[in-house]
Amino acid sequence: MSTLRALAKAQALAAGVAQPVATVRHLHLAERPLVLVPLAMAGEANAPLAALVGAAPDEARLLIVPQPRNRQQRFAFAAELAGILLPYLDSFRGVTEAAPTDRGRDVRHRYADAPQLLVPNPAGVTFLRLLGRSTRFRRPDGDHPVHPSVPLLGRWLTFFAERAEHPGSAALLAMTEALTLHWATGQSAVEDLHLPALLGWIDPPAGLTGAAAAARAEDPTICPPAGPATDPDFDNRLLAPTIAAYAEAEADPVARAAAYAELERLLRDQLAPTWELMWRGVGLLRALPPGGRVAGRWDGDKDAFTGYAEHLDAGGGPQPRRDGAVAAAVRLHRLERALTSYAVQRAYDDPLVMAEHRLTGEAFVGDVTLADPKRVDDTGKRPVLRPRIQVVTTEPVPMPVGATLWSPARPAQKARVVFVTPGADGKTEVVLELSGGMGRGLTAPPGTVPEVGERLCLTTLSDAFLPAGNFPAPEETPWTHGGPPAAAPPVDGAGVAEGGAAPGSDGDPTEEWT
Amino acid sequence: MTSSARRLAGIRGGVPPRRHNARTIAALTGNPGCTRRAVLDSAGVDKPKLAERIGFPARFGQSRFAITRGNAFEAQVKADGGVELLRLVAERLGVPVPAGASWTDLGGADDLPDRHERSRAALTDPGEGAALFDHPLLGLDVAGQRVHLEPDLVAARLAGRFHVVEIKSFPVIDGQADPAKVAAAAIQSAVYVLALRELLAAEGHDPEQVSHDVVLVCPRDFANRPVASLLDVRKQLLVLRRQLDRMARIDALLADVPADFTADLTADPATLVAALSTVAARYAPECLAACELAYFCRHEARGHTTALGRPVREALGGINEVSEVLALAAGERAPDPEQAEAAALLRAAARLRADALAGDPA
Ligand code: SF4
Repeated sequence: MSTLRALAKAQALAAGVAQPVATVRHLHLAERPLVLVPLAMAGEANAPLAALVGAAPDEARLLIVPQPRNRQQRFAFAAELAGILLPYLDSFRGVTEAAPTDRGRDVRHRYADAPQLLVPNPAGVTFLRLLGRSTRFRRPDGDHPVHPSVPLLGRWLTFFAERAEHPGSAALLAMTEALTLHWATGQSAVEDLHLPALLGWIDPPAGLTGAAAAARAEDPTICPPAGPATDPDFDNRLLAPTIAAYAEAEADPVARAAAYAELERLLRDQLAPTWELMWRGVGLLRALPPGGRVAGRWDGDKDAFTGYAEHLDAGGGPQPRRDGAVAAAVRLHRLERALTSYAVQRAYDDPLVMAEHRLTGEAFVGDVTLADPKRVDDTGKRPVLRPRIQVVTTEPVPMPVGATLWSPARPAQKARVVFVTPGADGKTEVVLELSGGMGRGLTAPPGTVPEVGERLCLTTLSDAFLPAGNFPAPEETPWTHGGPPAAAPPVDGAGVAEGGAAPGSDGDPTEEWT
Repeated sequence: MTSSARRLAGIRGGVPPRRHNARTIAALTGNPGCTRRAVLDSAGVDKPKLAERIGFPARFGQSRFAITRGNAFEAQVKADGGVELLRLVAERLGVPVPAGASWTDLGGADDLPDRHERSRAALTDPGEGAALFDHPLLGLDVAGQRVHLEPDLVAARLAGRFHVVEIKSFPVIDGQADPAKVAAAAIQSAVYVLALRELLAAEGHDPEQVSHDVVLVCPRDFANRPVASLLDVRKQLLVLRRQLDRMARIDALLADVPADFTADLTADPATLVAALSTVAARYAPECLAACELAYFCRHEARGHTTALGRPVREALGGINEVSEVLALAAGERAPDPEQAEAAALLRAAARLRADALAGDPA
């Protein structure tokens, strides 16, 4: 926790309402995100109980599993969900765009937009991940055939769950995390996991303080939990008898229909308040202007979506149960790089985030007091343009002489620290030598060198391209890391061993789900 | 009755102490630095009732679906005299699966001393063969009181060592389980390991015969088939020991508690609240998942930086009160010498925040 953020929490508590910790929106928000509010059956291994799903506030579709322990009904639920999710995904596969690749040396095509899934909280992401895990290895043929859409649903849900681990991706977002990225409440991080309480702080109803609204939201009889876990009291008092009534009415179609309707009503009542909160959250986020680098990150999600759609089109198999050693290392490396670059990009996009780095001595802001934009260094083999500027700041400058700094205003330009001179008045003069971002000639085009009077932020954070690490090919996995993985599946869909795993895949299509 | 025991009984009022079980004992380690909790738990006060009485009821309900599923899974794993269980445990421990094992159910309706004696006799019987003991009755001293534990637990004796076998119904999917649930299972198992060790030691046997490796049996993936995992509970044993020792020195704890302190449920709520506020608490957001008094203590701690979480408090330089933080940040208050550094940081933070929100620079 940064001191700046902690201070915002203290201010929120004193003010009785959440305080902003961002001045721009740091994530992409789709025009029509698919909102998904799932409920799971208590005590079971990720057994779906119900869900509200839809891409607009008035398009909520309720899915329920009247007997959550019944395998057929679980797969029926999965097929129904696939019936909503897959057409939603397909709606993004009409229009493509050309995108530069290989650092501008080539061009490739990708979908011009991508789908976005929103769930209430991180537990909702876990629910989708496990639902993906329990369905992606299934097969439409063999011993326990399922609807063909079920394994496809599983693969896509797994894709989204994996994207959700990628810092800066907006393909699958937990609303609580999206909101706390932009607002600090006067309660703790555990309490922020409860969407109704969090929104109580951010957007309290008229006449209530954030604290009072959050306290009210903690009472499950007033405000049902945002799932996937249900309120135990709801389970015991309402859900259990209704499920029992449905089960007992097996032989009586009229009673059964009535019991089903009652179950639907109960579950809708539990889900509807969260549905409302989800769209309120969307509205609050939408009101923020997007940060400058948000679109660039969304391009990454479009690339990933395109890539996975192509993988499936080519008959690609399900994601393995566990990554091999090389795949795991590559993935970890990719996530680490994404994490660094995401943090830098947010700071570049948002002065309030950059302020956190100013406080820790990774950045300072000052005024340009001298500028020599024509300075040429001719001590080398050929003369090069090396303008110098002097910046005066009231902030600490812990960077040593020789350090390279960047400025969000001109991200392609490096500024090397030449002198740091602390003055008697508490101000510090910093002389910087600039290179890059000024064209190829010996004269800097207008605007490429900061002018006297410009206010400038300089930071050690760099948004420059980070080279990828080197990893062995999977077939060269060292024995210390388990050796090469078993042969990859050629194409999924070629015959299946009776009751066993699909050829080459490590998942069992007939795995129990009880 | 010792004077401490008399005092604890007085604090509790006219009711017998609340029965402990492994879950409540495990919970004792939740916030070990909290005196309020240590005193109430030592006295065996019914904290859920107390919380309700003072208007801050706890919410630790359990869904009956979860209970049903837990019971069904346990019954399934223990079926057939534990044949399947024996195989799972042996394979997980890497010892040959014995051809057979004796199965002793130490549960039953007999009175406690009887059952205790049966458990003691069975578990210290020098038999060498593989053996499984179900529902052993164990005991532990908690704050000078003998607490009986009646676990739904199996103690397995294999290759000359005892292992606690804990059956839980949360799934292990692709080798991974919910970390919070595993942590809870580990500390509960540690309670049993400790109790089992004490039982052996009391009979002159080597307590180290009870392994610190606990076998956790859970449903595997999405099905009901069990899978066994090993949990090393050495760390949990240390924590537990430390807290039980602290509670054993109850005299020292009570020295800080006012003589008229009461948690007698028949007292009126205002009296109870006033009494509670005389015994130091140490609220942290983690209490919400671990202690029935959490809503009360949270309310009391409002305005304190600890209520926002430890990382927040640390980032604010360890300053206690939110109002103090804000006054220091605004420069409205001169810092004490030991706050100088934190105050400078807070002032800089406040200025940077205000600048950035005002649309100032960069
Ligand atoms: S809730 Fe209160 S009594 Fe319980 S551990 Fe936390 S501070 Fe102590």
